[in-house]
Amino acid sequence: MRQNLDVISAYAIMLGLIILVGFLQSWSIALSILCFCLISAVMTMGANIQWGYAGLINFGIMGYTALGGLAAVLVSVPPVQEAWQVGGLNMILCAFLIAFMVFSIRFIIKKYKKSNKRNYAIAFVIIVGLVILRLVSGPAIESIEAVNPATTGFLGGMGFPILFSWIVGAFFAGGLAYVIGKIALGLRADYLAIATLLISEIVIAVIKHEDWLSRGVKNVIGLKRPVPYEIDLQTKEWFINLVAKFNQGTLNVITDTLAREQMLKQLVIEGSTVFVKLCFAGLFSIVVIILLIITQKALYSPWGRMMRAIRDNEEAANAMGKNVVKQHLLIFVLGSAIVGIAGAMMVTYDGLFTPGSYRPMRYTFLIWVMVIVGGSGNNFGAVLGGFAVWFLWIEAAPIALFLINFFTSGLEETNALKAHLIDSIPYFRFLMMGVGLLLIMRYRPKGILPEKIKHV
Amino acid sequence: MDYINAIVLLLNYIFVPALSYGSQLALGAIFVSLIYGILRFAYFTAGDLMSFGTMFTILFTWYFQSLGFSLGIFPTALIAIPFGIIITIFYVLLKDKLVFSYYRFKKSPPVQLAMVSIGTMFVTQAIVRIIIGPFDRRFFDGEKFILKANEFKEMTGLNEGLTIKSTQVITLLVTIVVVSILFWFLNKTKTGKSMRAYSDNEDLALLSGIDPKRVVMITWVIAAILATVGGTLYGLDKSFKPFTYFNNMLPIFAAAIVGGIGNPFGAFLGGYVIAFSEILVTYAYRKFFIYLLPESIEPDSLLQLLSTDYKFAVSFSILVVVLLFRPSGIFKGKVL
Repeated sequence: MRQNLDVISAYAIMLGLIILVGFLQSWSIALSILCFCLISAVMTMGANIQWGYAGLINFGIMGYTALGGLAAVLVSVPPVQEAWQVGGLNMILCAFLIAFMVFSIRFIIKKYKKSNKRNYAIAFVIIVGLVILRLVSGPAIESIEAVNPATTGFLGGMGFPILFSWIVGAFFAGGLAYVIGKIALGLRADYLAIATLLISEIVIAVIKHEDWLSRGVKNVIGLKRPVPYEIDLQTKEWFINLVAKFNQGTLNVITDTLAREQMLKQLVIEGSTVFVKLCFAGLFSIVVIILLIITQKALYSPWGRMMRAIRDNEEAANAMGKNVVKQHLLIFVLGSAIVGIAGAMMVTYDGLFTPGSYRPMRYTFLIWVMVIVGGSGNNFGAVLGGFAVWFLWIEAAPIALFLINFFTSGLEETNALKAHLIDSIPYFRFLMMGVGLLLIMRYRPKGILPEKIKHV
Repeated sequence: MDYINAIVLLLNYIFVPALSYGSQLALGAIFVSLIYGILRFAYFTAGDLMSFGTMFTILFTWYFQSLGFSLGIFPTALIAIPFGIIITIFYVLLKDKLVFSYYRFKKSPPVQLAMVSIGTMFVTQAIVRIIIGPFDRRFFDGEKFILKANEFKEMTGLNEGLTIKSTQVITLLVTIVVVSILFWFLNKTKTGKSMRAYSDNEDLALLSGIDPKRVVMITWVIAAILATVGGTLYGLDKSFKPFTYFNNMLPIFAAAIVGGIGNPFGAFLGGYVIAFSEILVTYAYRKFFIYLLPESIEPDSLLQLLSTDYKFAVSFSILVVVLLFRPSGIFKGKVL
């Protein structure tokens, strides 16, 4: 019971903080913090599965997030017919070519023994394949990107509801993780960290610069939403009635009909943003809860015990007949797939896909801070870490402003030092994250909610 | 004549820029490699330590400039570097005392130390941005070019110009001096040898009376020197922007691993491998072949293997290939 008390009180404090933001700043801000907290929680659960369950370091979170986002674009955007007409055939041909290359390399590897000749053959296939790819795709890409470049200039997607992309994103990220895992999982821990970090940079580079696929840095905007739009809500009868009912107290005070109309209009506009964010928060919570149930079940299943055994002593687990390589690959794929879901969720929430915004600081290292601070190996800890760190990340600026004003209260408003500090408020969040991480690692190395293993 | 033109073209667009970029990477890679060899963890603060040192060099440069002090044709930053180094040394030693030493005494696994270095990375980044801001800063003064394209054309009568910026020459010279002193230190002096012994076999080194505190301290001092010098050279050559420096951490790691991590000489060469491959693969060879081939078979495409957008991707792909086929690095990673 005591351990549950920990969890409950930690979450209660967190929720209380968010509600406090609602009262002090605005409900819209509080809800968007909540939404991003939930998204971060999904990411940390993915990272936690890899690090907490299996001890695998994955610094490529940014790459999977971006792939999830790409999935949202490819699923929800309607196909650009014209672009498909001018270059679709060639691009499909390219896909077949790549598949053919992969299979022929696999064939060579299976058929022939390890030798220099084999390596040369593989190199030959790759080089020839790349040249042909270049020849086939080059003109097609050019013509696709020439189709109405201001608004489209890419192939577009499937035109399905965007919610599907959460699953597709998981598959994209999982597929990438399979390839990376096949390549890199044999490496030692710190090499693996660096290799995944660099591979995720490659993924971002591809998404940024292959305009025919993702519009690149031109961004995709106006993605469809799974929840109603504010503008539509504001004209709906039932919604206006709902808002009126909620704010009866304030409205009844005003006697003038015109002023009352005005007030109601204002309230409806405010209410619509809050309502939309509430819908998002509801959707995200469903995902988080489902994932929590699954991961908790997995953690205490025989499979979870095996993963911990592998993490704690790889050789012993191997000696007991557990296939360490296979399990590592499995968990790498699963964790990355969860991160992919989060990536798709984020793009869904934002309604736009901006490849230029994917930076390792925000999407890899921050997530790692969340996992470590929250408590690796403990799902509730990871989720809490996502909440707490994201909250601090957003609220760092107001806190820093308050602290600066407090400590420099003796100085005048025009003081150069004070002005400079106030100008650089956005960067205090890095300081807080760093100091927070260092303190946690030093004094509570297992995180706020440490891993607890139930012995059955 | 066409052949010479083609060679000059390559010199101008590939060789000279790659050489200076490679030197800047090499300085970073050496200290990452050293830290990996002696302190035994991946030092993720590398890029930000460079920006920290550069920042103080810039601040001192501005101070000297405000005093009206200048080195004539040389950039004022050269005088400011030692001051930047001193502050950076204080900073890394303080960081070691407050943060890293605790984990070292506890004999924490390298992964944990790497995580801790991520914490210091956040802190360093915050300090740099709070003090100097996130913006692009140029602090170069003095004579910009040693050889201008037009002058070269007039001098030789060739079609192609060769531009040599003074920062490129300074980079090269400073790198040669710093790296030779470093390798002399590591290979010839007693302290350097004790460092190599420590990285080779810690227990044996401790048994033979090597003071680990001293070894660690000297490693940090060397790291601070190399970071400041490398960062300042990069900033002089291009410009100073904290985000770029953070990103440079990635090719630096690539260089260190390609050269065999824990092996400073390998890392030194690794820097050039990365720089040259980045530029060789993303250069458009069209003009080069126009000079070489007869007119009838002149190419009409750009003849570029990959667009310049993939510059980083190239070095990382090399890294991945090296990790797969030769995890100990091209230059056989023997520790130190």
